[in-house]
Amino acid sequence: MSQKLVERLQQEFSGEVQAVSNPQGDETIFVGRDKLVDVLTHLRDTEGCEQLSDVVGVDYPDRDQRFEVNYLLRSWKNNQRIIVKVAAGEDEPVPTATGVYRSADWHEREVFDLLGVPFDGHPDLRRILCHHQFEGHALRKDYPIEQGQECSRPEHLFSDQDINAAARRATNLVTELEGAGDEIHPSDLLTVNLGPSHPAMHGALRAEVLIDGETIIEARTEIGYIHRCFEKEAEDHTWAQVMPYTDRLNYCSAMLNNSIYASAVEKLIGIEATPRAQAIRVIVGELSRIIDHLVCVCANLVDVGALTNYWYLYNVRESIYESLEKLCGSRLTTNYARIGGMSHDLYDGFETEILHKLKEMDKGNSDVMKLIARNGIFLDRTVDVGVINQEDALSFGYTGPCLRATGLAYDLRKSSPYWGYENYDFAIPTGTSGDTHDRIMVRMAEMVQSRSIIVQALENIPDGPLNVDDHSVVMPPKEKVYDSIEGVMNQFKLVYEGIQVPAGEAYGFGEGANGELGFFCVSDGTGNPYRLKVRPPCFPIFSSYAFLAQGGMIPDAIATLGSLNIIAGELDR
Amino acid sequence: MTIVFDTLAKIGFFFVLIMGLVVVLIWMERKGAAFIQDRTGPNRASIGGVRLAGLVHPVADVFKLLFKEDVAPANRHAALYNLAPWLVMTVAMSTYAVIPFGDYLTVAGRRVPLVAADLSVGLLYVLAIASLATYGVVMAGWASNNKFTFLGGIRATSQMISYEISMGLALMGLVLVFSSLRLTDIVAGQGDLIWGFLPKWGVVVQPLGFILFIVAVFAETNRNPFDLPEGESEIVAGFHLEYSSMKFALFFMAEYAHMVIGASLIATFYFGGYQIPWLPRPLIEANAGLILTLKLIGVALISMMIAMLFFRRAQKEKGKFGDARDREPVLGAGLWVLVAGGALAGLVLKPWTIGPVGADMVASLLQVMAFVAKVVFFAWLFIWVRWTLPRFRYDQLMHLGWKVWLPLGLANLVVTALVMAIV
Repeated sequence: MSQKLVERLQQEFSGEVQAVSNPQGDETIFVGRDKLVDVLTHLRDTEGCEQLSDVVGVDYPDRDQRFEVNYLLRSWKNNQRIIVKVAAGEDEPVPTATGVYRSADWHEREVFDLLGVPFDGHPDLRRILCHHQFEGHALRKDYPIEQGQECSRPEHLFSDQDINAAARRATNLVTELEGAGDEIHPSDLLTVNLGPSHPAMHGALRAEVLIDGETIIEARTEIGYIHRCFEKEAEDHTWAQVMPYTDRLNYCSAMLNNSIYASAVEKLIGIEATPRAQAIRVIVGELSRIIDHLVCVCANLVDVGALTNYWYLYNVRESIYESLEKLCGSRLTTNYARIGGMSHDLYDGFETEILHKLKEMDKGNSDVMKLIARNGIFLDRTVDVGVINQEDALSFGYTGPCLRATGLAYDLRKSSPYWGYENYDFAIPTGTSGDTHDRIMVRMAEMVQSRSIIVQALENIPDGPLNVDDHSVVMPPKEKVYDSIEGVMNQFKLVYEGIQVPAGEAYGFGEGANGELGFFCVSDGTGNPYRLKVRPPCFPIFSSYAFLAQGGMIPDAIATLGSLNIIAGELDR
Repeated sequence: MTIVFDTLAKIGFFFVLIMGLVVVLIWMERKGAAFIQDRTGPNRASIGGVRLAGLVHPVADVFKLLFKEDVAPANRHAALYNLAPWLVMTVAMSTYAVIPFGDYLTVAGRRVPLVAADLSVGLLYVLAIASLATYGVVMAGWASNNKFTFLGGIRATSQMISYEISMGLALMGLVLVFSSLRLTDIVAGQGDLIWGFLPKWGVVVQPLGFILFIVAVFAETNRNPFDLPEGESEIVAGFHLEYSSMKFALFFMAEYAHMVIGASLIATFYFGGYQIPWLPRPLIEANAGLILTLKLIGVALISMMIAMLFFRRAQKEKGKFGDARDREPVLGAGLWVLVAGGALAGLVLKPWTIGPVGADMVASLLQVMAFVAKVVFFAWLFIWVRWTLPRFRYDQLMHLGWKVWLPLGLANLVVTALVMAIV
């Protein structure tokens, strides 16, 4: 099936599409820039690739055409993936894919911002992660990283023309709805900044809204307030040294992040973690998912004014964190996975402790459900608020609970199992209407499924080695270092040169708490990543926020934002 | 002259009652919220190691707020900005003028009614003053010159207009039943019994009116689920966003003063005010000696029990903290032993032989206590609801006010009128 896709494409676009061999098994093709939109449209319409997961730009200064742009496509229907590559020289524009996928908008802006690849026909090609006064493109290999820049001027997201246009649109809408309505003057509209510093903005996000009364006529978002160019930082560290940075991406489910990063690098090296390590990754990953969902739901309930639920859920999270702290030593940015295994084994009594904490979770969740499940005010506040339909959700690049809330039973743990997820018995909870209520309830239901996975994993956790038996990847045990020359050499090489990941590229991914979390790794055979691109689940989701907020009221926008679970750490990287 | 003195004394009583209750309510809110949310609540502020279960916190808060810098926005409308907190607080306090907190007290042969101003249009006065409070909120929202405070002010106005009407309609039903706008008459009327056993409380004769009224009162006090003017997660802190130090404290205290008033109004209109069910005043006066004796014994027993609890804690937690806090249970036990001792000492005075003057005082005291107990209960209800329900949305609140509560209020009025005409 998979090899056929490339062949079919080669037949369809005779000579225009070249297959690129990829030892890691990712379907990859190379197309000319002029054929890109045709190929993408064909893939979407005929091959069922509904989703553009990410757009990754890579800079190869030595090549004739220095930039390579990778389009990561995914089909839910046919359960297949394909990577479409195009090459572009400096100042050679790539045609935009915004007409094919809505998620291309922000992904292309990011490539433009960080690499300076222009996109022809893009409706709003501005910087996205860096400040608008920033000069240069940070991810280019020749960018001087020592250079400091002062960026001080805030950006107004609405110009006078925008406000006039919005007023005209609002007038038309009122006339359409009510027959004849009063004309809305531009002076009737008020611009209000929700964020970057606002009690309900989870992290430094900014949404500037244009309101009439409290109805949002138009919303625009700005991100990048805590952008630290993690991807550039990664290029300056060894593969193993990147590990602690991954915790800081999604600090609500840090262990999932570093486990998935480890898997991605393992995929590029061509090894697989031991069964025991995989089971442990499943356990801590599902615990992280529970924590993430708890935080999201409790903060969401605070947003709609139900403050008490916060403690019922947060206390549980706190209690689970105690176990994770015992496990890995740190509290928030928990770091446990290593490339090739885990940093150490579980502690004694872990199993009983976790089972006990899962009981606490049941108690907290049932308390909360008693308070909200049939509460009229809660239902009024969340049902039919922030609705997104399946088609839009896929086009915007939704994954995870937010996509499942629209009724699509799509979960990477089922569709492309990793870490032995195929051996666990669990269901995929889905919603029906894709509104805020469904997103909350899907998360509540997923916690129950995660709980069952943890119980199964704890029961069947295999014995055996924790780490792979390859000391060019995993640190040798201390006795080997002291007693054998190979041990000393392995230790020396790993510390001084890092893990020698073979040249090549691989896209490793997993089901993060909030959707598809992917790491696109490019190695040139030195000890450092040549390019490491994160595909944070909330980046495409937040790109739809303005779309969701428009037409609702300010309280709706707040409730919707909470249910999307935007984590600024991974959004801004 | 005496009437001026009487009135001043009553105003003084109310001032002490409200301010005292405000402090207690702030404590109750924080401890109650903590109880509901599985937390400990305030337990740090202390005087010499005695924390009074967190009661020292409101005092510490007051001192903190008094000495804080008063930061005000540069582009405010200075006069309105400064006036707003005072207006809110003054209005909150003035509703109390017409609320009876007891029947009467005989002082030097004069019967002094226990109400500051027994207005014949007391009910209208309550409604009029209640809507004035919104002006303070709107002024604060406007004068701060901030978009969020402005939105808070708008929300407060629309909320007030929507719920004022259903509140008035609910009360009209009550007026039909008791045929008076005078609050003392309404309360006196609730002392009767229906069919000889059911107290003729407002809630019994006007159950729907009660529900309409209590919701309207919640909306008028700007408490959750109607705390839209503050709406902290949506419009930051709403109308009082730009206030700090003592001006903020005035808004804060006014919220609790409004709660006391809301609770008092619920108690007065629907739960018999100072009336104790099945225990009318003549009965109390006739058996004053017995009641007082039982009461003293009861107080002594309960205090002894509390003292015992403290004593056990003192034994169990000996040297637990290693600082002044260790003194706490000992002092607590001592305090309650003193109360019990006082009550027992009262028995020495042979309370069962009490005379008519004493009987009158006992009756008044019991009534005031019944009133305060009801107020505290309903204030707790406010707290309970706040920590249970989510917040409404602006348009949903309007929808409820205009499309549900208003027709229900009208229906209630019509049905009450028909029933009154037939009966």
